[in-house]
Formats: sequence, C-alpha cells, structure tokens
Amino acid sequence: MPGFLKEFFNRNGIGMGSLMLGLVLFWTIGLIILPQLSILDFSFRPNLPPPEYGGPKDVYTLENYRYLVFGPEGGGQDYNSVDLRVFFRTLVAAVCVTLFNLILCYPIAYYLGQNKGNHMRIFALMLIIPYWINEILRAFALRIIFGESGVLNTVLMGLGVFDTPFDFIRNDIALYAGLGYAYILLMIFPIYNVIESLDRNQIEAARDMGASWPMIHKRVVIPYAKPGISSGCTMVFMLSAGALAAPQILGGPSSLWFTQLIYQQFNDNNDWPQGAAYAIVLLAVCILFVLAVMRMFKVNMGDIGK
Amino acid sequence: MSAGVGVDLENIWIRFGDFVAVRDANVNINGGDFFSFLGPSGCGKTTILRAVSGFLEPSEGNVLIGGQNMQGFGPNKRPTALIFQNLALFPLMKVWENITFSLEIKGASSAERRKRADELLDMIALPGQGDKLPSELSGGQKQRVAIARALCAEPDVLLLDEPLSALDLKLRQHMRTELREIQQRVGITFIYITHDQGEALTMSDDIAVMKAGVIDQIADGRTIYNDPSTAFCASFVGENNVFRGKVKKVSGDHAMISTNRSGDLMARISTANQGKMKEGDDAMMFIRPEALALAPEGAQGDHFVTAQVTNEEFEGNSFNIFMEGDGGKEIKVSLPNLGQSFDSHRGQPMTLEYEVDNAVVVPAGELATE
Repeated sequence: MPGFLKEFFNRNGIGMGSLMLGLVLFWTIGLIILPQLSILDFSFRPNLPPPEYGGPKDVYTLENYRYLVFGPEGGGQDYNSVDLRVFFRTLVAAVCVTLFNLILCYPIAYYLGQNKGNHMRIFALMLIIPYWINEILRAFALRIIFGESGVLNTVLMGLGVFDTPFDFIRNDIALYAGLGYAYILLMIFPIYNVIESLDRNQIEAARDMGASWPMIHKRVVIPYAKPGISSGCTMVFMLSAGALAAPQILGGPSSLWFTQLIYQQFNDNNDWPQGAAYAIVLLAVCILFVLAVMRMFKVNMGDIGK
Repeated sequence: MSAGVGVDLENIWIRFGDFVAVRDANVNINGGDFFSFLGPSGCGKTTILRAVSGFLEPSEGNVLIGGQNMQGFGPNKRPTALIFQNLALFPLMKVWENITFSLEIKGASSAERRKRADELLDMIALPGQGDKLPSELSGGQKQRVAIARALCAEPDVLLLDEPLSALDLKLRQHMRTELREIQQRVGITFIYITHDQGEALTMSDDIAVMKAGVIDQIADGRTIYNDPSTAFCASFVGENNVFRGKVKKVSGDHAMISTNRSGDLMARISTANQGKMKEGDDAMMFIRPEALALAPEGAQGDHFVTAQVTNEEFEGNSFNIFMEGDGGKEIKVSLPNLGQSFDSHRGQPMTLEYEVDNAVVVPAGELATE
C-alpha cells in the first residue's frame, strides 16, 4: 500500500476510510470516467439499429470523426464547412465570452477582495441571489430584455438612439450577454478568493514607491491573482463552450452553437455515435486549448486548485 | 553628514468619525535626524506616519517636508519611503526586482536596475543574493532587503513602522545597531515608529512620546529618561517606581511630597513642570530602580524609604528587590552585583535611600499600563 493511503487509513480508520475512498472512487469512476469511456466507445461505432448490435457491421470506425471534417461521403464539398464553421465559431465565441467576463469581473473581484465591512456582504449577496433563479428562466429574462419590443429597445428608441428596433438576438449580442452573465460568479469568486489574501501593504508599498494604479495591478495584483484568474477563465471557457440552454434560448436563428449540433445528433437524428464523436472532439479540443493557454501564461495545474 | 530634509508637523489633527486619533501634534524634525515616535499600541503613532507618507490627509494642520506643504500630494508623489511592519516585500518578485521596483516604475533598463541592485545588496551585506525569492531569506535578511528597497527610491525621508517587531530579540538588538549605522551612512532623515522604548532610546536623536493621540514630550532619549514631563512618560520609558502624594512645599526647583505610604520625600520637579506646581497639587514622584540604594536600617529623613520586602531575585548583573509599594505597585530596586554579600530580607522591612536629584516629580496623571 502506498504511503499516502496508509496515512489516510491511519487517520480515518479502516471503516470510515474505506467508505470515503469508496464514495470518491464511485464518483470519479462510476459517474465520470465510465460514462465518458462509453461515449468514447460510441464515437468509434457506426450508427446501427439495436438488432445489429454486436453483428458483423458493429466494428470500430473513424467514420464519425471523418464526417465532422469532410462531411457526408460523396457530398459535394471537400470539407464539412457548415459544422466546422460552427465548431470554430463556438470556440472563438467562448474565448471572447471568457475575456469579456475577465475584464468585467476582475475589478469587481478586486473591489470585493480589498474592501471589508457590511456593505461588502450585501454586495456579494446581490451577486449571488440572482443565481437562485434557474438558468433557463434567467435566459428567458434576458430574451425579454433584448427582444424586439423588449425593455432595452423601448428605452433606446425612447431616447432616440434607434429609429427601428435593433435586433440584439440576431446579432448575437443577447447570446454573449447571456453567456457572460451565466458564469460571472465562476469568474468572480476564484479571483476574489486570491485577492482577498493579498496583503494590502503590498499595494501601499508599491504606491509609496511611486507606482501608478495600472502599474500596481500589472506588477503586484495580477501576478498574485494569476491562479484565481486562470481557474476562473478555465471554468468560464469550458462552460461557455459547452453551454446549451443559453444558445438555445438566446441564439439567433442563423447562429448555431456546437453543443446544439451535438444535441441534434443525439436527439433529432438519433445518431448517438455521431453525437458522441462531436462531443469528444469538443471536449478534447477544449482541454488542449486550456492546457496550451496555461502553458503560455506559465500557470501550473496545482495553482488552479488554489 | 549631509544636511538632510526636515519634516514639520503643524497643528495636526486626525479624526476618524468621532474618534480623535491624533490631537494637535506639533513636531519639528531636523534634517538627517533619527526621530522616533514612541508609544503603546493604539496611541496614534502609525496614524501620524501615514499622514507623513501621504496615505491619509490630516483632518487639520499641515505636513511639511523640506519646508514644502505636502497637502494634496499622494504617497507616490512624496519624497518619502515607507518600510512596513510586515515589510510587504513582493513575494513573486526576486530580491533584485524587489529592491529596484522604484526604478522599474521610472522606466530604468534592466541592466541599470541590476547594477543598482548589486550596489544596494553590497551595502546591506547580502551580495549575490539578488536572484533569490524573498521567501528564501531569513527574517533579518528580509529586513535588510526592505531597507534596500526603500533606499533605492532615494527618498529624502525614510519612514519605518515598527519594522523590527517581527524579529527575535537577538536579531532585533543587532538590527538596531545596523539601522543606526545605515542611517548615519546615507544621512537622510529617519522617522521611526515603535512601542519598544529600548529601540527608541538606542537609535534616536530625538523621541516623541505619545499617549492616546497626544504627544507628551519631545526630547532626546536621556532627557526623556531622566527628566520626563508627565507621569506617562516617566512610567512608559524604562522601569520606574511611582510614589503618589501631594505637594507639601515647593522650594525652587525642588518639592517636598507628602506621599501616601512613605512619608514626606524630597524630589526635583521635572524641567517642564518647574514653576507650575504648587502646594496641595496631586503629584507623582518617580525613582528609577537603579537610583535606590541600601541605607542603614531605620534611617529616617526626606530621602529614605522604608517598606516590606516581598520578593528578591538574582539577575546576574543585579540583585532585584521587590517591596510593597503604592497602589498595588511594587517598588523595584536594582542593586548592581559587584560581588558583595547579600542577606535576604524577604518578609522584613528594609530602608532605602536615594539622591534627591534622581527623584522626579510630575503632576499626577495616567500611568502607562504594561
């Protein structure tokens, strides 16, 4: 038995230790790893009717992945440009949502982290309470705000900014706002957590030595907050790239999110293997992308857990 | 030593809501001096320092540095550098980056910063340690890096907020000497905040003793120790024995005090209070433990004190005798150990004498609680 396991059992006793270990293993293996492996397995199989399962046609194939890149066999195009475009647009949009969220949330997190007192608790509560409302309702609420005869258009037209209603939904503004809004807390709290532990004297020391506020953030606060920033960005990016409800409700008719394609494959086309392949590609590319960005900014995996 | 830049505080009041943190402070600090604010925690000394460094504006009054009114100048615009109590080194920057942060702000090149860092590292006796992180240094080394970082900005005035309080006793005593040496070498004005009278006495040219937002006395260490102006100064700086009573008679700069427990005793009125004390005033008389000496048993007069011995201890360089004193406080006597024989008087009365000029009278007032 490896040392850390022995210590774990010594500390918790055999009974409690086994129970805790069992639950954790069930959680990771039973609820995460096995279903994902099953999806992975699906993604390499042809879409067959149930009677043919295990039959001669049930062989491993790369067809589902090929389809994403090259489209249907014998199709007129060289590439499956429709789905690929959706795929890359989703990634780029998720990056934009993440950056937008970071720019919006960093000042809030800094303010929350560096100020103390009762009003701060009220402020934090005001951020949290909207999340008691479920995601679908919040998305519909945004639809009402951004709709053609919605609150925003009424106000803007009343002010004379537009003559005719601006279509926020067709222009994807509603979608980005919805995605940004959906994950604000996941960006704020990791950054807040780190900044809260930043010694105020360091900011004052930098200020005392003549640093301007942008300089203080660049050299003192942001390097210190990096673990929180990367953890927030990772979560927001992963969740926006994998979001379904917000794109479904707030997306314009012409702008599909890649998750919607996956959803269509599973539900509308009843083609689980194809859907699984799309989902696996999205997952793998997102993970690789996150790892690459972490590498670029010299963030360690261990920092994210901080 | 170069002339240095002086600091003047004129009628400074600092209020936080209803709370008055600093009450009408007037201080003139000479350029190139090592000046200390000494007082218990919460007395407002750090608040004064923050007003000098620009982190807060006084509610009333002016801070002048080199004769120039600093009102409206932020901390980044004043010729001061502050060393924080916890040093506040940047944990993610290397030592040399920490030290030359002020140059980085001014846009100095990396090579230039390296060179300056090496000079300063030599000065603080840490050559070649520039590439370490602060967390890899010992407490005393961090201390020196913080000093180097502050000096790198070439401030006219260096402000130190109890920077030694986190160090252990040995290192603290060593750093006292070192700080004083650095101050004399660079020749700029140091303003030092401390609650440790030992630090204040050993390092400072002048000391301001503070209590509850009020500056009680400003003088050099010897004057404060020998000629305190208030009961607080007398009891806060160094060990002191208090005798409460009333002024019985004033003759010139001496007074006869009828003490509550020890009869009529003669003492010198402290300089600041001469001419201000009159018969019948409540007074406090202070005698240092080392100013008391054994007297022949039963001797009586205006400079003899007799009391019951409650405890005795041997401290190596001295015998300490504790006797029943006034208001629940013990009278402490320190007899230097010169190899003489010493008979225990525990539980018995003992008579002590002192030289009248070594006993100081001030108006009755609040004592320092320690």
